Amino acid sequence: MTAVALTNVSKVFNPGRPDEVVALSGIDLTIGHGQFVSLIGPSGCGKSTLLRLIADLIPATAGTVEVAGKPASRARLDQEYGIAFQQAGLFEWRTVQRNVELPLELRGASRAERRARAAEMLALVGLADFAGHYPAQLSGGMQQRVAIARALAVHPPLLLMDEPFGALDEMTRERLQAELLAICAKTGTSTVFVTHSISEAVFLSNRVVVMSPRPGRITATVDVDLPARDDAARQSPAYFDAITEVRRALRGDAAAAATS
Amino acid sequence: MRRVLSALIGLVVLVALWEGYKAVGNPDGTVLLGVRILPRADDLSMPHVWDMLTRLGRPELTGGRPVWRVVLSAGLFTLGITTLGFAAGAVIGFLLAVAMQRFRLVERGLLPYVILSQTVPLVALAPLIAGWGGTIWPEWMTVAVIAAYLAFFPVAVGMLRGLQSPQAAGVELMRSYAAGWWRTLVKLRLPASLPYLFPALRLAGAAAVVGAVVGEISTGTRGGIGRLIIEYSREATSDPAKVYTAMLGAALLGLVVAALVSLLELPLMRHRRRVSVVTM
Repeated sequence: MTAVALTNVSKVFNPGRPDEVVALSGIDLTIGHGQFVSLIGPSGCGKSTLLRLIADLIPATAGTVEVAGKPASRARLDQEYGIAFQQAGLFEWRTVQRNVELPLELRGASRAERRARAAEMLALVGLADFAGHYPAQLSGGMQQRVAIARALAVHPPLLLMDEPFGALDEMTRERLQAELLAICAKTGTSTVFVTHSISEAVFLSNRVVVMSPRPGRITATVDVDLPARDDAARQSPAYFDAITEVRRALRGDAAAAATS
Repeated sequence: MRRVLSALIGLVVLVALWEGYKAVGNPDGTVLLGVRILPRADDLSMPHVWDMLTRLGRPELTGGRPVWRVVLSAGLFTLGITTLGFAAGAVIGFLLAVAMQRFRLVERGLLPYVILSQTVPLVALAPLIAGWGGTIWPEWMTVAVIAAYLAFFPVAVGMLRGLQSPQAAGVELMRSYAAGWWRTLVKLRLPASLPYLFPALRLAGAAAVVGAVVGEISTGTRGGIGRLIIEYSREATSDPAKVYTAMLGAALLGLVVAALVSLLELPLMRHRRRVSVVTM
C-alpha cells in the first residue's frame, strides 16, 4: 500500500485573473509505506504547495491526491497525518505538555490517555523535563522538538514537514535530524520532508525529489542508499555521490543525473 | 510594593505641580496678545490641595453629612451603573467581534457603523435614549445604556483584532486537525485574543465611567457622582474646594474600575509572567 499517491496534479492560484500563477503542473509522485522522501528545489518551485496539497490545506486544481488510499480531504478528516511547519507555531498560552496534547484533545482522547501519550512523545524528543514550561521559555530548537512531538502525538502513519529545521543553527539541526530518523525508524512513519538544503535532504531520505520552478514540476528523483544514517554516513562516498547527483539535478542537468 | 511606591510618587509629583504652579503663576493667568495661555492661579480657580482634603471632612451643608460620605455614596451609586453598563457593553462588543470574525460580510457591513456610532456626540444621544426608555425603565437604566454604548466599542474593535491575530500556521494547524470554526474559535482564536481583549476592556472601563458620569448629567439622574459635580460646581464661586471633592470622587471611581478590570486579567495571563528562557 502507498502512503501518498499523486496523479497528474496541478495547482493554479487565482485562475482566470491577471495575477494567475501556475504553481504546480503534471505532478506524479508515489510514496511507499515507511519511506522518507524529501522535496527539494529553489524558492518558488512549489515544494511547499505540494506539501499543502497532500495535507489538504489547499485543494488541487486538477489531478488526484490520495493519502493512505483515500482522497486527501477524507484523510485530513481522519487525521491520517501529522504536520510541522518552519515556525514551531506552538500556542504560547499552553504549556509544552498541553501543546502536545492539543491534537489528542481535538480527537476526544481521555485525559489519562492524553497525559500518557504526551509524556511518551516528550520523552521521544528528549523534553520530558520541560512538560510544565511555556513555549516562550524554550529555545528555538526545543520549540521545534515540541512541534515534532505534537505532530507525532496521534501516531500518524504519515508525517509532513515543511522546512522544520530551516530556522535552526547547524549543530541543532544535525542533532534533530538524527532524532527525527530515530523516531521514524521506531514508529515506522512515512515522511514527506520539504527542505532547501541538499545535505539535509540526502542524509535523511530514501528518495530526493528535485523540483524546478515556473511552472513547478518534478525534474528528477534521486534514490539515496546509505548503509546507515549516522555521523559516519556524513563522511561516506555514497553520501557525497548522492549530494553531487542532487546538485546536478538542481542545476537542470537532469539528463546527466539520470545516466550517472 | 514597588508599584505602590511609584503610584505614590506619581501622586506627590502631581500635587507638587499643582501647588508649584499656584506659587509661581500669575493669579490672573498669563495673557498673551489677548489670549489667556496659562490658567488663573488664584484660590478661586485653583484651591490648595489641603483645602480640598479638609473640605471632604466638613459637612456638605450646615448640619448635613460630611462631604466625603456624600461623595462616597454617590461614587458607589455610579459604580453600580458603570459596572452594569460595562458588563453589557463588553458582552455586546464580544458578540459583535465574534460575528464579524465569522462572517466577512458582517465585518464589512457592520464595522463602519460601529465606528460611526462613536462619532455621534454623547450629549445629543443621551436625551434620545432617555426618550426611548420613556417610562418603561428607570432613569438609572438609561444611564447604564449610555455607559454600555461607549463601552462596547473598544471591546468590539480590540476583540476583532485579537480574533484575527492567529497566524496562518496556527489556522492551518487547526485545519489539519479537522477542527471546524467553533473548535478553532475555542482552542485558538479566543485564547490568542486575550492579550488584545484586556487592554480593550481597560479602555471600555474608562469609557463606561465617562458614559455613566455624562449620562447622569445629561439625563439629570440624581444620586450619582455626575449630578454631584454639577451641583457642586454651581457653588464654585463661594466654595471652590467643594467641586474638586466631587472630581476626586470621579477620579477614584475610574481607579476602582481600572483595578477591577486588572483583577480579571490576573488568572488568565499566567503564561505572560514567566519569561526566563531555557537555552539548551
